[in-house]
Amino acid sequence: MPLIDRRLLTNFDWTLLGLTLVIAALGVVNIVSATASYNVPGTAYYLKQFYWILTGLFLVLALSSVDYHLLDDLAIWVYGVVVFLLLVVLVAGKTSMGATRWLHLGFFSIQPSEPMKIVIIIIFARLFSRYPANSTLTIKGMAVPLLIVGLPALLIMKQPDLGTAILVLLIAGSMMLAVGVNPSALMAGVVAAVPVIYVGWSFYLREYQKNRILDFLNPERSRLGSGYHIIQSKIAVGSGGFFGKGYLKGTQTQLRFLPEQHTDFAFSVFSEEWGFLGCFVVLALYLSLVLWGLHIATRCNDRFGSLLAVGVTAMLFWHIVINIGMVIGLFPVVGVPLPFFSYGGTAMVTSMMGVALLLNISMRRFMFSKN
Amino acid sequence: MSRQRFVKESARLEKNLLSLSLGVTALFFILIMRLWYLQIIKAEDYQNLSENNRLRLVPVAAPRGTILDRNGKLMIWNRPSFSVVLFKQDVKDKDLLLGQLIRYLELDREELYEKWSKSRGRAKYYPITIDSGITQDQLEFLEENRLNLPGVDIQMKPVREYADNGTAVHLAGYIGEISEQDLAKEEFSRYNSGDYVGKNGLERVWEKELHGVDGGRLMEVDARGRVLRTVTETVPTIGNSLMLTLDRTIQEQAEQALGSRAGGAVALDVRTGEVLAFASSPLFDPALFAGRIPKKVWDGYLEDVRHPLINKVLTGQYPPGSTFKIITALAGLEEGLIDEHSTVSCNGSYTLGNRTFHCWQRHGHGQVNLKLALKQSCDVYFYNLADRLGVDRIAAYARKYGLGAPTGIALEHEKPGLIPSTAWKEKKYKQKWARGETISVGIGQGYVLATPLQLASMMASVANGGTVYRPYVVKKVVDQEGKVLREFKPEILGNAGVSRRSLELVKSGLQAVVNEPGGTGAAARLAEVMVGGKTGTSQVVKLRTGKGNPYQFRDHALFVAFAPVDKPEIAVAVVVEHGEHGGSAAAPVARAMLRAYFEGKGAIKKPVARQGRYSSNRGRDAVTEDTGDATGD
Repeated sequence: MPLIDRRLLTNFDWTLLGLTLVIAALGVVNIVSATASYNVPGTAYYLKQFYWILTGLFLVLALSSVDYHLLDDLAIWVYGVVVFLLLVVLVAGKTSMGATRWLHLGFFSIQPSEPMKIVIIIIFARLFSRYPANSTLTIKGMAVPLLIVGLPALLIMKQPDLGTAILVLLIAGSMMLAVGVNPSALMAGVVAAVPVIYVGWSFYLREYQKNRILDFLNPERSRLGSGYHIIQSKIAVGSGGFFGKGYLKGTQTQLRFLPEQHTDFAFSVFSEEWGFLGCFVVLALYLSLVLWGLHIATRCNDRFGSLLAVGVTAMLFWHIVINIGMVIGLFPVVGVPLPFFSYGGTAMVTSMMGVALLLNISMRRFMFSKN
Repeated sequence: MSRQRFVKESARLEKNLLSLSLGVTALFFILIMRLWYLQIIKAEDYQNLSENNRLRLVPVAAPRGTILDRNGKLMIWNRPSFSVVLFKQDVKDKDLLLGQLIRYLELDREELYEKWSKSRGRAKYYPITIDSGITQDQLEFLEENRLNLPGVDIQMKPVREYADNGTAVHLAGYIGEISEQDLAKEEFSRYNSGDYVGKNGLERVWEKELHGVDGGRLMEVDARGRVLRTVTETVPTIGNSLMLTLDRTIQEQAEQALGSRAGGAVALDVRTGEVLAFASSPLFDPALFAGRIPKKVWDGYLEDVRHPLINKVLTGQYPPGSTFKIITALAGLEEGLIDEHSTVSCNGSYTLGNRTFHCWQRHGHGQVNLKLALKQSCDVYFYNLADRLGVDRIAAYARKYGLGAPTGIALEHEKPGLIPSTAWKEKKYKQKWARGETISVGIGQGYVLATPLQLASMMASVANGGTVYRPYVVKKVVDQEGKVLREFKPEILGNAGVSRRSLELVKSGLQAVVNEPGGTGAAARLAEVMVGGKTGTSQVVKLRTGKGNPYQFRDHALFVAFAPVDKPEIAVAVVVEHGEHGGSAAAPVARAMLRAYFEGKGAIKKPVARQGRYSSNRGRDAVTEDTGDATGD
């Protein structure tokens, strides 16, 4: 099989890559401002972010050249390995700040919960592509997928990493919705969720996680805990007004009232300095990206590819909605980065891998319809 | 290979993806709506919060204008005092911090929490003052522990410093932290909680001039409260100074002479209405009101039977007693009922119907004419005259001299006194006036009430030939460079319209009171200047059983005087509460004031040494003893 087919180049999805790069570029510009008040020796954050984007681009090109159907074969193996790693993390992982997320493998460390987001997409795509095309998921039919997603989700929650666990569940849920869920099964799911949430709240959630949720419901509860983050972020966003305070002129940002302002709260920096106008543009870009992802899924003639594209799009979508929702006080504070916008290598690599998958599916859309 | 397995895309997935697209768009729409809400509808609120986050105002209170006497001697100026303020935004743990402050500064828990909660809705980034006038120890403690007390700051505020620990304090008033009630008023809209404001007296009346314009530094701080830069800085403008009509020397003499006794003493320039002295006794410490006043001291003031906080000159209403005989005499002369020759026989009492009115001299004065009646303060003479005049005619003359109504001095809470009449009694008690009541009015008893200021004003008008001036205390308002901004001129309210001859007759009687043997006012005599005056002793309660009375039942001692008799310049009124005898208790106070006035003018040579002055005083006091009897009415 040739690595590069000419058809692949002619079908290359410039729209997707363009949207991604525009957002990533805005992200770098925003990180310059977010970190302007920092006094950190060494390479500046925005430069590092730029390097991560370059790394991501390289990944995109490398991964696009490999046919995604390879993943169909590897799905079970990959899933098994990552679930195994999650178990190892719980037993032998490195604990930092009360959570055990990292696994040290000699030269480098990995955080197996992060690839789990992609892995769940692959395994679900494989699973659902083998289901009859026009059937919906029944209660019985949901048992297997729920087990598949439930195991890693529980392990991740146990670390504890509530944000990632929720994302994995949301990605899985979105894919099931895309496939179609039998109304009675949907009802059953909702009913089942109640005891699950209760048990989760009582036995799985750590005190700080409960606090975060309670703080979100009532920010005044702890003006200095996570409630403080919500309040300061809302002040930053709201005080931006229609036109914003101007680039590098956000007082909340430059005077360091914002928490995590180059990572999870990067969007509040942007909102403060660019106002509603800027936010509208960025949200429009993100919406275009998500809709384009769904468009890729729709026009793909291959069910596995379609489901893969839906999963990746769901991953991006939920990151965007949860992060922005958190910044503007609609969701509790959970550590979910904004794709391509928040500073951070891991997030950038994961998001870029997602884009690589989408590009891969998009450029191979005609390859199988002719068979 | 699975690649070979081709599954035709189902219509269902396509349909589901379409509804997912709609769902996604809807969720983005919610995000946009939320942003609209935060950034457009609520923008102003959040902009305020954001400003509040980053800005801190360090107010710099303007030093108040000073208060000087007529000769430019400082009476009240400023010294720095330290206040503890809180920047709420910087406070990390409210209860912990307030608890520490309560412990170290010995604050009242409830009061402090109230201040905290009341400060809501105050001007942006403005600190709350939680304690003023802290001690050196407290200041040092706070400076040392500054890092452990986030949100706490110390600010310097100028507070009042008083000459001689306070002179003319009732006139000047004091300053204190602005009250919640005042803060709510329009005129104090630019004030903030913790600001000093004049609470009463001149400090309050002239607040606008004295206060100056507060300045401040608006600073930008980061999330840790570190100051990054000064955004704006306004230099405070010092308040304007008041130059009073008061003469510090006369004032001090009056206060010294009153000593610890309760009472009031006023001196007026009879040619202008300028207030030369305005002493209310006992004094209080005005400096205490700028900080937290110790409860013990406050209770002490409230429980003191001498009422140190009451401005007796302005609000003390006393029966004028025999000093009122001046009015009765003038009325009699003007109405043609008496002249200098007409006499009344005093056998010690006056009988009206079945009631007997006693003269203070139980043995009687014998045959008395006007001059003698004034000199010895014969009651029977005035009983007789009052009875013939009737209350309404007496009241008419009293009013011509400004009695029974506020003098109109520019101070708050002036009391009007009371001049009774038949109409007044009808209105107030729905009763007819009884003839016997006129007898009491004739000697300034019964319903008659007057403030020391009114009595001084009355004396001044009698002395100057009938002109009634509005008394005034502030001569000039001067700015920091010494430029006169406002200057006040004498204001004539009217003329009593009493003939020159009547006035001369009364004045010669008043001269005899002080200068002739047997006069009741000998204690006011000055060797170098001819003084005219009238003693008064007013009954506090009807029942009295002699000298051993408890303090509160003792008579008030009064004295009014003017000098020099031939060309009057100054009029004085003195009331010593429960001082018993005008001649012995009040007249020496008047003399001390008159003496200070004429010494200041150079008409009397100042004694070289203190010792000499005292001995000379004592020498003159001997005159009082000579006149023995002349201590009462």
